Amino acid sequence: MSGFIFKRSLWAIVVMWAVATLVFFMLRIVPGDPIAAMLFDVGDPAAADELRRKFGLDQPVYIQYFKWFGRLLVGDLGNSIYGSRIEVSRVIWEALPRTLSLTALSFLIALVIAIPAGLISALKRHSALDHAVTFVAFLGLSMPDFWIAILLIITFAANLQWLPAIGYSPLSEGFWPWFSHLILPSIAIGTPFAAIMARMIRSSMLEVLRTEYMQVARSKGLLKLRLVMVHAFPNALIPVVTVMGIALALLLAGTIVVENVFSIKGLGRVLIQGILDRDYPIVQGAILVVSFIFVFANLLVDVLYTIIDPRIRYD
Amino acid sequence: MAVMEATKGAPPEPPDQRWVWLRLIARDRKAMVGLIVLAVMTLAAIFAPFLTPYDPSAQDFAMIGAPSWAHPLGTDDLGRDLLTRLIYGARISLFVGTSTVFMALVAGVVLGVSAGYYGGWLDTIIMRYIDLQWAFPNFIIAVYLVAVFGTGLSNVIVAISLAFVDDFARIARGMVLTIKEEQYIAAARTVGASDNRIMWRHILPNASAPIIVQATVSVSYAILAEAGLSFLGLGVQSDTPTWGLILADSRSFISRAWWLGFYPGLFIMVTVLSINFLGDALRDLFDVRESKDIGAN
Repeated sequence: MSGFIFKRSLWAIVVMWAVATLVFFMLRIVPGDPIAAMLFDVGDPAAADELRRKFGLDQPVYIQYFKWFGRLLVGDLGNSIYGSRIEVSRVIWEALPRTLSLTALSFLIALVIAIPAGLISALKRHSALDHAVTFVAFLGLSMPDFWIAILLIITFAANLQWLPAIGYSPLSEGFWPWFSHLILPSIAIGTPFAAIMARMIRSSMLEVLRTEYMQVARSKGLLKLRLVMVHAFPNALIPVVTVMGIALALLLAGTIVVENVFSIKGLGRVLIQGILDRDYPIVQGAILVVSFIFVFANLLVDVLYTIIDPRIRYD
Repeated sequence: MAVMEATKGAPPEPPDQRWVWLRLIARDRKAMVGLIVLAVMTLAAIFAPFLTPYDPSAQDFAMIGAPSWAHPLGTDDLGRDLLTRLIYGARISLFVGTSTVFMALVAGVVLGVSAGYYGGWLDTIIMRYIDLQWAFPNFIIAVYLVAVFGTGLSNVIVAISLAFVDDFARIARGMVLTIKEEQYIAAARTVGASDNRIMWRHILPNASAPIIVQATVSVSYAILAEAGLSFLGLGVQSDTPTWGLILADSRSFISRAWWLGFYPGLFIMVTVLSINFLGDALRDLFDVRESKDIGAN
């Protein structure tokens, strides 16, 4: 297993290096001179040359690349090219807890919805309840997360006025302000994920319930609740872990969009604003950090999978 | 009568694609609903100018108006008819959804089939890249590509097409690896068929079922991706009506005009749901196991 973890980690490092390299070169190949953008196209050639020297853009690209990569390794992502020229790493450092809170809470909410829905649907197979769960899951997969977000704002913020419509409050300023700002976006992000999880839990529960050891347990006359929760459910969770990678994809993609609906200045908002402003250092930094989270989380899922199910071998 | 019955080396019946749509409808009520909705949507998009008395960008000084007889879905902040704008918006959504998947399919299948057929260094190079792209969700790849190419509708189309290539390449390659070991391929080679002929005439038709299923499902993801990118302001820049952009604009009026935030999303959901119904039915029909799991857009 350690061999697998080693190989898998190596691949993760290669992916990150490839992403960093691709991002560096692609942003420099495309038309649109960042220096011109920086000077707002007023076009003072002397000032432009001065800036190019200052940022090392007068040097050959490969030298720029090595210098850039060296700085990247020590966590220096450069400075924003607008306004106060704030350090990119600071922008990202401030955005990170927002995105992570949002992702974690979305994950929890999705599980809270999906586990009971999947279990009930498997235990009461072909009942009206089962059909209802399947249908809602189908809807959940077809609703764009930003639309769910808008519907939630219309209902709970604009009309009922129970919860704030936008913004973020750090956890250090109290649990409720933090939670109340994140609950609506988390539901919006978590819904498609909950739909997939509920369907997965349903089908893997059905599989487990059919196995011999479940029949033995049943014939021993074990209590139904004990049967389901102790014997069936933990085993049914194993295949569910396989969709965790997809789950992460959904959560992260969801976060990028939904942060923009609720004006939460997380990584997604930083990235999109950076693209709209053509603020290359910000875009570059945000892409790298989003990718890093993604690659790292996927690595974690793969390793976790080999631990919970030792039968699995990746050779 | 002297024709020999080729028994062992005969290709298996390729999935019969004649009357596919009719057989689908006969088998599956969800598929029928999906197909009808999509047909209506497509016709409405094509014949939009004849269906609605309004111009999608004609402003009316009436300003925001709730749904009424004259404007069944209400009007927006500039007094433009929402239903008209949504029907015109279907043009962009359906066009982007199908054209991007078509381009991704062609590129992905060419890459996947060549990689699987020739193997060796070509396979290694192609698949390393595909694996790299596979490590990220399609939507995130599309956002990255828009970051590189810049915003705007044509860039969004290129970005979504490229973002979906890996799905098709992986499926096509996997199919080719199994099919190329079949005896009828060896037979074709013995009678002197060229590589090109074997790849595109013998292998591809037998690999088509999972590719068709993937293409159907991908259209729904592509529509969601376009709507998402438009919503974020990365898509069309003008006042061209697209579902994502109409939804984005609705945010300023969220407290007094619920219809502006409700109906565009409903259009997206109904379209995506119909395609998912179809994809599900096709998957059953061709008996294809899920490839990249549902929802990974």
